[in-house]
Amino acid sequence: MLKSKTFVKKTRKGGVLKVVREHYLRDDIWCGSAACGECPQDKPVLEAEPEIDSSLCGFPHYLIPDTNVVLHQMDVLADSAIRNVIVLQTVQQEVRHRSGTTYQRLRDQSNNPDKNFYVFTNEHHRETYTEREQGESSNDYNDRVIHVATRWYNKHLQENRKDGDAPKVKVVLLTNDRENREKAQKEGLLAYTVHQYVKSLSGNPELVDRLAQVDMGESTDSDIKNESTGRVLFPEHLPLSQLQTGIKSGRFLQGSFMASRENYLEANVLVHGDESRSIFIQGHAHLNRSVNEDVVAVEMLPEDQWKCPSSMVLQDKDGDEETSEPDLGSPKARSNAIPSGRVVGVIKRNWRPYCGVLQPSGIKEATRHLFMPAERKIPKIRIETRQAETLQGQRIVVSIDGWPRNSRYPKGHFVRKLGEVGDKDTENEVLLLEHDVPHQPFSQAVLNCLPSTPWGITKEDLACREDLRDLPICSVDPPGCTDIDDALHYLEKPNGNVEVGVHIADVTHFIRPNTPLDQEAANRGNTVYLCDKRIDMVPELLSSNICSLRGKEERFAFSCIWEMTKDAEIVATRFCKSVICSKAAMTYAEAQMRIDDKNRNDAVTFGLRGLNALAKILKKRRIDAGALTLASIEVRFHVDSETHDPIDLETKELRETNSMVEEFMLLANISVAKKILSDFPSCAMLRRHPQPPPSNYDILIKAGKSKGVDIETDTSKSLAVSLDQATIPSEPYFNTLLRIISTRCMMQALYFCSGTLPESDFFHYGLATPIYTHFTSPIRRYSDIIVHRLLAVSINADKSFPDLLDKYKSQALCNNLNFRHKMAQYAGRASVELHTQLFFKNKVTEEEGFVLFVRKNAVQVLIPKFGFEGTIFLKSQDGRGVDSPFVFNEEESSQTAGDVKLRMFDRVVVQITVETSHIQHQKLRIRLVKPEVPGFSVPPVATSDKISEPPVKKVKT
Amino acid sequence: MCHKIRHPRYWLIVPFKMAGLEIISDQGYRIDGRRSSELRKVCARMGVFTQADGSAYIEQGNTKALATVYGPHEVRKGRGKIQHDRAVVNCQFSMATFSTGERKSRPKGDRRSQEMSMHLRQTFEAVIVTELFPRSQIDIYVQILQADGGNYCACVNAATLAVIDAGIPMKDYVCACTAGFIQDSPLLDISYVEESAGAPFLTVAMMPKSEQIVLLEMNSRLHADNMEKVLDLATQGCKDVFAVLDRHVRDHVSESHALMTAS
Repeated sequence: MLKSKTFVKKTRKGGVLKVVREHYLRDDIWCGSAACGECPQDKPVLEAEPEIDSSLCGFPHYLIPDTNVVLHQMDVLADSAIRNVIVLQTVQQEVRHRSGTTYQRLRDQSNNPDKNFYVFTNEHHRETYTEREQGESSNDYNDRVIHVATRWYNKHLQENRKDGDAPKVKVVLLTNDRENREKAQKEGLLAYTVHQYVKSLSGNPELVDRLAQVDMGESTDSDIKNESTGRVLFPEHLPLSQLQTGIKSGRFLQGSFMASRENYLEANVLVHGDESRSIFIQGHAHLNRSVNEDVVAVEMLPEDQWKCPSSMVLQDKDGDEETSEPDLGSPKARSNAIPSGRVVGVIKRNWRPYCGVLQPSGIKEATRHLFMPAERKIPKIRIETRQAETLQGQRIVVSIDGWPRNSRYPKGHFVRKLGEVGDKDTENEVLLLEHDVPHQPFSQAVLNCLPSTPWGITKEDLACREDLRDLPICSVDPPGCTDIDDALHYLEKPNGNVEVGVHIADVTHFIRPNTPLDQEAANRGNTVYLCDKRIDMVPELLSSNICSLRGKEERFAFSCIWEMTKDAEIVATRFCKSVICSKAAMTYAEAQMRIDDKNRNDAVTFGLRGLNALAKILKKRRIDAGALTLASIEVRFHVDSETHDPIDLETKELRETNSMVEEFMLLANISVAKKILSDFPSCAMLRRHPQPPPSNYDILIKAGKSKGVDIETDTSKSLAVSLDQATIPSEPYFNTLLRIISTRCMMQALYFCSGTLPESDFFHYGLATPIYTHFTSPIRRYSDIIVHRLLAVSINADKSFPDLLDKYKSQALCNNLNFRHKMAQYAGRASVELHTQLFFKNKVTEEEGFVLFVRKNAVQVLIPKFGFEGTIFLKSQDGRGVDSPFVFNEEESSQTAGDVKLRMFDRVVVQITVETSHIQHQKLRIRLVKPEVPGFSVPPVATSDKISEPPVKKVKT
Repeated sequence: MCHKIRHPRYWLIVPFKMAGLEIISDQGYRIDGRRSSELRKVCARMGVFTQADGSAYIEQGNTKALATVYGPHEVRKGRGKIQHDRAVVNCQFSMATFSTGERKSRPKGDRRSQEMSMHLRQTFEAVIVTELFPRSQIDIYVQILQADGGNYCACVNAATLAVIDAGIPMKDYVCACTAGFIQDSPLLDISYVEESAGAPFLTVAMMPKSEQIVLLEMNSRLHADNMEKVLDLATQGCKDVFAVLDRHVRDHVSESHALMTAS
C-alpha cells in the first residue's frame, strides 16, 4: 500500500532528548501543473500557460517565493495579478513558525482557486527530499531545499510536457537574499529579487507601491550606520533569546503594549498572567518603537525614575523628524508616580493594515510621504508612493513593514485605496475595517443554506412543537425594528397564579451546526448597528423575515414559560420549542399608550398591564439585590431620506415599557443559564461581569469628593445606594454625570465557557446575579445561538454535536465573540461620532455642556444633548505655551484663569464647529463661550440666547 | 470486551501542543508523510527463536516488538489456576529499558504493564481455542524493543504470529490497530507524536474475517457522532494489518516447506 522508503530523521529537542521520527518519501505527490503530461492529477492547480507581462521573464513561468519573500511581501503575493505560484512545504512551514497571520493569509491564497497557488509537499517527495548535511545551518539547508525543488520543477516541466508545441514553462525563484540568489544563479536557476520582478511587470505598475520597504538581508547593520543621516534615535531591541532568559529570570516582564489614546508619548503595558498589573511607559526612547497591541518585554525603571502620567492631551502634530519632546513629566509630583518601565524588546508584532490618509507634502514630486492612521493609537507611517497626487484626499490602507532604529516613524507600504475622505460610504468602510467587522456580502455557499421561499410551516413541524398560536403573544420593540427576536405573553391561571411566557425566535432551526451559514455567523459574532446601516450576522431573509417574530404571522419560537405567583415568585419553569402567532408587534410608545388607555381591555392590553406590574416587582427586587443602574447617553439620528445625511438627532427616551421587556429578558436569561449549567457543567456558555478592582473607582470617588459627596464602592449594592443618594438639588444633572463616570469604571462583561473557570467567577456584577447568559437575541448574537443549541439538547428537542460539548473549542469561540462584541460597540460609537461630525458640518452651534475631566492642558466636556464628549485645549499642545491664561491645579483638578475656575461638573457653554482647516482629518472643534475668559473664550454667536432651542431649527441649510 | 473511561490529565496542555504542530496539513499529509488512512510500514519475521515453541518479531514503523509463546504445557506454578475444561492463557508484557528516548529501568510489575498484560490475556483467551487443551497453560511473553506509538497493537500482532508459529489453534487471526481523531479528521495507526497531541484515540483488536471486536479501548472523550468514523477507519486498519500478516505467514510456511522438502 505504501510505495515509499523509510527514512529516519533525527532531531534534538530540549537539548537532550533525541527524537526519532519516521519520514516517508512518496512518489504520488504530483507537480500540480496543467502543462505536465506525466502526473496523473485530477485538477491541476497551476495553469498550462500562465500569463503575466514581465520584461524580465518574457516566457510563461511559475513563481517560487522563499520564506522571507512570503513573510514580507504578502501584500504583493495577495494581489490578483500574481498567480501561478508554487508554495513549497518548507516555505509554508517556516512561515507558519514565524508569523501566524501571514501563514493564514498564505493559506487563504492557496484555498482560492482563482489565484492558482499550489502547495508542493517537497519534503515528502522522493526526488526533492534533501538530507541535512553535517554542520549545515538551518538557513543554508532551507535554501538548498528550495533550490533542489526549483531544479526539479524545471526538469520535470521540461521533460514531461503534455503538448510538445506549447511553450516551455519555467520556474522563477524569488528571493531577496543576495547570497542565496547568487548561489541559485550559479546553479543555472532563474532567480530575482521581488523588487526586480515586480518592477518588471509592465502590466501592473501599481504593484510597486505595495512592495514592503524592508530589504532583509540586503541592508546589514553596517548599512544603517553608513546612511547619510547616521542618527540612531532608538535603543536597540534585545534579541529574542536574551528576552526569554530575562523574562524567565524576572528581570523583564512580558505584556501587551497599549498606547494611550490621549497622548502619543505615553502607553501602558498590561503584564501577561497578572491582569491587574500595568506598567507605565513614557517618552520616545522608552516606548522604543512599540506599536499598539504589540507583545513587548519591559524592564522596570528604578523607583526614583518612576513617572506619573501627564494629564495632558497630546497628539503627534508636526511631521518633522525632530526628536524634541514636549515636557511631560512633572518630577515634582513624586507622590503620584506609578510603576514605570521601558521597552527593551518586541516579542511579537501585532501589526495589521491600517486605514488613514496621506499627509500633504510640501514637495509635489516627493515619493516619500507620511501616512496618518485613523486610529490615534497608531503612529504615523512613512511610505513611498508615486501616486501621491491621486491619493490626496483619499482614504487609503497601509501596512507597516518595519521600524529601523534611525527612523522616527515606522516604514510601510501602500495596500489599497478606499475612496474619498468625508464621503459617507468611504468613512463607513473605514470604520468597519478599523474595527475588523466582517462586512462583505454573504457568499453563495452561505445563501445556499437558506430555506426556500415562500416558506411555510408544515405538519411535521407542528408535530414536534407545542402549538401556542392561540396565546395572546405580542412583541414590543424600538420603532423601525425589523429583526424582532422576542415576544411575551401573560395569562391568569385558575389557581390564582399567572403564566408568563417569553418567546424567542427559533434561529437554530434554520442555522444548523457546521454549515457555511453557521460558520459565517460564528465568525461575525453579532450584528453591528451603525447609525445608518446594519451589518447583519445572518442573511436578511432570516433576520428580517423568517426568524423575525412579526405581528400576525406564524413563526417558530423557543419558549420559556414560567408559572408565577402574583408577587412574581417563580413556581415552575419550563422550556419548549413552539409555534406562535404574535397578535401585535408594537413600539415602546404604542405599548405604553395601550397600558395607559383605560378604554382598551383586549387580551393583549390586559397582558401588557399584568406584565408591567410584575416587571416593577422584579426590578425592585433586582435593585434591592444590588443591581446597578448606570447611565450613558444614546442618541438617534433622523436621516434625510434622499441624501442619507443626518438632519436631526434626539437622545433616546426611556419608557416604562422598555424596562418591562428588559426585566423579562433578564429573567429568561437567568433561568436558561441555570438550566444549561446544571445539564452541561463543563461546557455551558455563560456571561460574567467581574467586579472592578478598587483602583478603578478612584476617579469616581475623587469626582464625588469635589462636590462633597461620599461614594462607597465596596459592593455593587453600596455603590448603587450611594449613587442614588448623590443628588444635589441645584445641579439636576450631577447624578447623571456621576453615573456616566461610574460606567467608565466598570470592567467588560465577557462570555466564557463554564468549564474553564471556578464557579465563584461566574458572577455578574452589574446585574447582581450569580449566573447569567444570553438567550434572548439569537438573530443578532451568536452566543445566543449556542445557548439555544445547548438548551435544545437538554430538553431533548435537538441532537448535540461534537464542537458544542468541547470546552476548548467553546472557549475559543467565546474569545472571538468577546472580541467581536467589543469591536461592534466601538464601531457603533465611531459611527455616532462620524454622524455627529456630518451633522455639524457647515454649522456653528452653541450648547450647554458639563466638565467631565480636567487635564493639565485641557478640559473634557460632555454635551448631554448630543451625547458626545469633546476636548477644549487650554494650552498649546507642547504644554509650554505662555499664551494661556489658565493655571492648572493638580490637587483639586481645576483650571483657573483670573476669577474663572473650571472644575469637574461645572456647567459651561461651548461652541461647536467642524474644523475644516485640516481637510485631511476633519474633527469637531469645541470652544469655550461661557464662562467668559478674556483672550480665550469666543464671543457667542448672534442667536446664543436661545441655547435651549434644538439646533436644527437654528441653522437651516 | 473492555471499555473504560478515565479522565485524561494531560488535557490542560492540549491548546499549546495543537498550536505547535500541524498534525495533518491542508494537502492531507501527516508529519511523517503518510495520508490519513495509511498504515506505517509493517515488517515481520516468524520463528526467530528455536528454544521457544513459537516466536515472532514485528516492526510497525518505529515500534518494534518481540513475542514468544510457550505451551501448551502443564500448569507449573499455582495449581489453583487449573481449569478443567480449557487451557489458561498467561501473558506478560514488558518494555525494554532502551525502548524510549530516555533510558529507564522498567519493573515488570508496574501498573501500566499489568494492565497491558491483562488486556493481552483477555484478547488471546478470546481467540485461542482453549477448550482443546484442558488442564494446561499457554504462556505468551511480549516485549517492546522500541516504542513509537501503538504499543498494544504491535504486541497483539506479534503475539498472533508467535501463536501461529507455535501451532496453537485459533479461531481467527487477531489484528490490532489504533485510530485517532485529531484536528477534526480520523487518522489511522497514530504514531507517538500524534498520540501526544492529546486528542482522543481508539485501540481496536479484532478478528478480521468475522469482523468481531475482541478489544476496544479509549481513554478520552469523543463525541458519539465521530465514534463511528473512527471505528470504521480502525476496522479497515485491522483488515490491512491482517493482509500483511497473512502474507508473512504464507511466505513463512512456504519457505519452511521448501526447506523441509529440500532436505
